[in-house]
Amino acid sequence: MSEPTDLVRIEDVEKDYRRGGEEIPVLAGVNMTIPQGDFLALMGPSGSGKSTLLNIIGGLDRPTNGAIYVAGERVDTLSDRELAAWRARHIGFVFQFYNLMPTLTAEKNVDLPLLLTPLSRSERQKHVAAALAVTGLSHRAKHFPRQMSGGEQQRVGIARAIVTDPTLLLCDEPTGDLDRKSGDEILSLLQALNRDHGKTIVMVTHDPHASHRATRTLHLNKGLLEDHPME
Amino acid sequence: MKFFPVIWCGLKRKKARTILTLMSIVVAFLLYGYLSAVNTAFNMGVTVAGADRVVIRHKVSIIQLLPASYQARIERVNGVAKAAHMTWFGGIYQKPSNFFPQMPVVPADFFEVWPEFLLPEAQKQAWLRTRTGAIVGRRTAEKYGFKIGDRIPIQATIWRQKGGQTTWEFDLVGIYDGAEKNTDTTQLFFRYDYFDEARVQAKGSVGWYGARIQDPNQSALIAQAIDQEFANSPEETKTESEGAFVQGFAKQVGDVGAILAAILTAVFFTILLVVGNTMAQAVRERTEEIGVLKALGFTNTLVLWLVLAEALMLSFSGGIIGMGISWLLISRGDPTGGSLPNFFLPSHAFVSGFILMLALGAATGFLPAWRAMKLTVAEALRRG
Repeated sequence: MSEPTDLVRIEDVEKDYRRGGEEIPVLAGVNMTIPQGDFLALMGPSGSGKSTLLNIIGGLDRPTNGAIYVAGERVDTLSDRELAAWRARHIGFVFQFYNLMPTLTAEKNVDLPLLLTPLSRSERQKHVAAALAVTGLSHRAKHFPRQMSGGEQQRVGIARAIVTDPTLLLCDEPTGDLDRKSGDEILSLLQALNRDHGKTIVMVTHDPHASHRATRTLHLNKGLLEDHPME
Repeated sequence: MKFFPVIWCGLKRKKARTILTLMSIVVAFLLYGYLSAVNTAFNMGVTVAGADRVVIRHKVSIIQLLPASYQARIERVNGVAKAAHMTWFGGIYQKPSNFFPQMPVVPADFFEVWPEFLLPEAQKQAWLRTRTGAIVGRRTAEKYGFKIGDRIPIQATIWRQKGGQTTWEFDLVGIYDGAEKNTDTTQLFFRYDYFDEARVQAKGSVGWYGARIQDPNQSALIAQAIDQEFANSPEETKTESEGAFVQGFAKQVGDVGAILAAILTAVFFTILLVVGNTMAQAVRERTEEIGVLKALGFTNTLVLWLVLAEALMLSFSGGIIGMGISWLLISRGDPTGGSLPNFFLPSHAFVSGFILMLALGAATGFLPAWRAMKLTVAEALRRG
């Protein structure tokens, strides 16, 4: 069996925030790699920099120093426009509070990333139907977010994240707003996406129970990474 | 068009607010359309005024009369091709609200100076034969159901007949049309000889003269020459182009154009603030959604266009509905019952209305769109 190749390479990434006149270091030289097909959980106390690291991997934020490579491409030096196009092509985001458009139905929400592709309407509809089927929400396609439970809304959020078949799935506390049962369902779905569809997933979480579903867990503390292989 | 759901979802977010804002835009454009028609109706005389005609009136005011004998002297002035006179009769047909202008004229002179009034030759001959004959414009004939052969009684408010009679009766011998769409076809003309003989006061006088001139480029010089002809006489004249005369007539009511412009400026300034505030608030509330769109790969420029498109959609929806309602109201006809014969929504009002909708949308959408464009994804998601 061949060694998995590194999909993400992070080299000496530092991130400082300026608050008032003060520079606050959030990431203090992070080095890590994420192999293709990995399901990585990022854990750490509040303010440890895990969400910032996730945002930097996903091209939502830029490091103060260091370099990020995804699928061999350096992304931290891309222009805003190039970065937006890169995100559309390579990244799927899952947010803690689902972040669905409240006035759009589930299928229209899932369709949003596809609007940036040259696909025809009927092709888009096929992709949307497939993504909803994978998340088990085909029967809720015409429902608005307010008509769905938190778990269902998060499934729509996951369907939106995978509909373009991105290279990398980034999840920021995906179960943080859900009860244990719904959270378990979401984690099972993410596991299935990783196991059955080969999706590479990076998940930020506070919840040790959630991190146990990942294949690997990394801990961040005060902007530095500590490797704790899963027991 | 594939982004339409994204634009539409912004407007749907707070339905009540969107509907109220939309209604305020509807009202603004309804007013705009209606007042444009009023303005056009007031100024129509100016725009259809003949460039090759001057009007000669009493120097003091239009209501002062001039001697009928001036006609020959005006025609003798170099550059004048033909002169004809009119006098304001100001009568009432059945009731005061049935307003249409009536004027005594000399038929042969009248058609020579105002050829835009088209009357079939047979009817013209009938008028020349009938001393109590009158002709009326198509619009008034249709409005009151006048037919040739009818006897039309008009109640005088200024001119009494010998014996104190105030009712003048005219035999309708012709119905004229206008050479152009804008030609006023609401007036009734009757014979001056009948009028002058029957009236008790001011015999031998007329209201004003119209004169056709040979070279419109010389109108200022000819006007000066005409006024010079009557200088130092008991009835001095003021000669001006027909456009200026009609404008002066309309301005007796006030500078309608300026009044309407002031009203519309106030209305649109208020609307600008209302819609601008709505858009700013709507975008502020959607900071997180904008962050999500950007996270999904929507570029800053695309976000700018989406917010601008939302403002333009609001502005055009309200504008089109407002102009549509005003068009419906205007097509019901003159709301004054005859004082504004040319009451219609001019095509230029549609064009400027379109420009106004564009300007309103752009002005109200630009700032929020710019802010949305400048928002960084991380910041937008944090603020949300």
